[in-house]
Amino acid sequence: MDIANTGKVNALGADKKRYTDLQQALGFGLLFASILFCLFFLGSIIFFIAERGLAVISWEFLTEVPRRAMTKGGVAPAIVGTIYLTVGAIAFALPLGLACAIYLCEYGPRSIVVNIIRLSINNLAGVPSIVFGLFGFAFFVKVCGFGVSILSGALTLGIMALPGIISASQEAILAVPQSYKEASLALGATQWQTIKKVVIPSAMPGILTGVILGIGRVAGETAPILFTAATFYTRGYPDSIFSEVMALPYHIYALMTEGTHPEVQTQIAYGCSLILLCLVLGISAFAIILRQRSNYGS
Amino acid sequence: MLKIRETIYKYLFTIFAFASLIFLAGIIIVLLKESLPVFAEVGPFKFLFNKFWYPTYEPPEFGILSLVVASVIITLGAMCVCVPVGLGSALYLHEIASPTQRAILKPVIEILAGIPSIVYGFFGMVIVAPFLQDLLGIPTGLCAFTASLVLGIMATPTVCSIAEDALSFVPRSFREASLALGANRWQTLTRVTMPAAGSGISTAVVLGMSRAVGETMTVLMVAGGAAVIPKSFFDPVRPMTATIAAEMGEAVMGSPHFHALFAIGLILFLITLIFNIVTEIASRRFRIKLGLGR
Amino acid sequence: MRISKMLLKRGLFIGLILTMCCFGQGLAASGAEITIKGSTTVLPIAQLAAEEFMDAHPEVDISVQGGGSGMGIASLLDGTTEIATASRKIKAKELGRARANGIQVVETPIAVDGIAVIIHPTNKLKDLSIQQIRAVYTGDISNWKGIGGKDMKIVVISRDTSSGTFETFEKLALNKQKVRPDALTVASNMTVARTVAQTPGAIGYVGLGYITKRVKALSVDRVECTRETIKSGHYPLARELFIYTDGQPAGQTREFIDYILSTEGQDLVRAEGFIGIR
Repeated sequence: MDIANTGKVNALGADKKRYTDLQQALGFGLLFASILFCLFFLGSIIFFIAERGLAVISWEFLTEVPRRAMTKGGVAPAIVGTIYLTVGAIAFALPLGLACAIYLCEYGPRSIVVNIIRLSINNLAGVPSIVFGLFGFAFFVKVCGFGVSILSGALTLGIMALPGIISASQEAILAVPQSYKEASLALGATQWQTIKKVVIPSAMPGILTGVILGIGRVAGETAPILFTAATFYTRGYPDSIFSEVMALPYHIYALMTEGTHPEVQTQIAYGCSLILLCLVLGISAFAIILRQRSNYGS
Repeated sequence: MLKIRETIYKYLFTIFAFASLIFLAGIIIVLLKESLPVFAEVGPFKFLFNKFWYPTYEPPEFGILSLVVASVIITLGAMCVCVPVGLGSALYLHEIASPTQRAILKPVIEILAGIPSIVYGFFGMVIVAPFLQDLLGIPTGLCAFTASLVLGIMATPTVCSIAEDALSFVPRSFREASLALGANRWQTLTRVTMPAAGSGISTAVVLGMSRAVGETMTVLMVAGGAAVIPKSFFDPVRPMTATIAAEMGEAVMGSPHFHALFAIGLILFLITLIFNIVTEIASRRFRIKLGLGR
Repeated sequence: MRISKMLLKRGLFIGLILTMCCFGQGLAASGAEITIKGSTTVLPIAQLAAEEFMDAHPEVDISVQGGGSGMGIASLLDGTTEIATASRKIKAKELGRARANGIQVVETPIAVDGIAVIIHPTNKLKDLSIQQIRAVYTGDISNWKGIGGKDMKIVVISRDTSSGTFETFEKLALNKQKVRPDALTVASNMTVARTVAQTPGAIGYVGLGYITKRVKALSVDRVECTRETIKSGHYPLARELFIYTDGQPAGQTREFIDYILSTEGQDLVRAEGFIGIR
């Protein structure tokens, strides 16, 4: 009697186990499918663009100005314009973001002020890029009178990159061991000397990673520069920060929407997309690898 | 001397620290200042609930209902793609992937999160839209469905990477306890790890959503741009962001049209603000639940 | 340590630049810079002409932007562009604003264009009357069956409302009635052509220069859309393309406009598929 019952329970258990095993296999299968789906799509984007983009990329494409109504020549002004905008944005956002992070970590009292600043950083990070564009247009282009220019575009992009740089710097600064600071302070260094000579140098790799990731994001943005910096066609390289520039992301959009030679322009747009992808993905890959290295190191 | 310098630096940093607050305030002020005239002229109720958007006719009509509906539909559609796929990938990385796989896939997905939106738009326009048009036999491939799909793929790496972070914050002891009680890995994953990471995962979902709502270039190129409340998922639509991007350059400074576009920007801003507050609350709860402090 | 010092210096330097910028808006390089903004229809002509002109005059720097006729004229009135291009005549309202801003608008026609009604090449239809086009665009007819085609939904493609092409089309073909709200609204001529080429059931309208092999131009009221019919004035949807400047153009701007009007410039107009003014 007892033995029979145990057998029944065992059989039930085995049934149940078979069921849960099946469930697990199915579940894991689904998870595997989803990552495959994800990688497949992202891979196919890169594949399509790389395949068709490579066909048009040549030395001339990278170094020449556009010719014959955008159908010949290269896209050098757009590449240069993107670099100008990105460097400008980072040059604006880095000192500001670093200072803000230092304040939050080192000087800031644990008070409502710090909380408000933290909240505003988080909210700024979530603002849609097109709203930054609107702000840049209304404020920098019109109110400040900078016009459609590198300056307006770089400032707009800089504000966009600010939250990322602040939080990366903050993380890096917080990761500096407390003992370093205490040692420095114990030796009689002032707070600023400690920050300058101890905190920032040891947090530098982390800060740089954040900055590089920020560069990658900024370089690919289109919406914020749509009304603040970008132009359809200009020959020369910008000679002042008040010049309008061509920029790679906007150039892709322009090639797809303006002009009279759709076939050729689509080819060039593939080329531009590939350059932009290499630029952006290359930069962020560099940053991420850098971060992993330093993580393993510590 | 040294003391004075210290004080100066302290105040300098304090000023810099307020920069992001100032910019956020600046954005709000600019949006409010530029959009209030249209509310005064059209009336907020009519602005929000009229479905006709004819900004340059005589007389113009500024009703953004169809634009809001378009944004909502596309965002929901995108969530249908990026939540299951992103979450599935995160769970895979967390539970199944071998350490080597993880070491490679995690950074790869993070890098892919950086693909610029214009590239997605371009890809959607030249490859996805014609492909879906032929495959599904729909009148035009530039429609809400295509936009949702492309946007969903775009938000997937973001969702995956943040959700994976949340999963990895769940203490190992939770998982080990569950396994020791005889649950298998799938049961542990779905009934212990995921609920424990729940609010962290919801942060990932909300962030993905906020990215989808605010995305501009992709929907501008792929959604078709018809300012009408769609009858089906396969109709062309015109989301709020695309409307701003397409018309801002052309609106005459100071005209009602100009103000109306800023008002759309204001509404977008408010939507993402709400998302942010939700994320903030969720992540605070998450940290408290797992005993991670504030 | 050195890095942090450098960062600080750089920060100060940038701060300095920013303050300078705030005070010195007039520092922008002056003289040989021309900005051209406006109609996407005129854009290819302006771009090509700018290219050739800069080859001959390396000292001049021309920046060309699209945006639409309305935006070009608005920028001219704001004083943010030297040359506005337009695919329609300036409106009375805009002229009023120009007077208020103290801007003397000078109009120079540079080319003639026809608005072609285009469909997918697989569509068998050859001709539509103005009434039929109006019925399609205002929403009375939604299936090709209704205008003598096969049973297929019409995908109506229109332009953003500040487009000059749209305004001309609205005036000439639609009799100022509203376009159906479910029409695909796109930002440029090329997008219209591209979408029509991709979509078997589509109908759209573009400037003459945008007709490619991948789309088919319909005849309107039994008049084919060709250079001859447009020139002779038989084709109903014809219009002029203009350049607007503030006052009589002078200096490099004048030379640039003269270049477009010269034989070489007009050859460029024709090369881009439009019709020369002379």
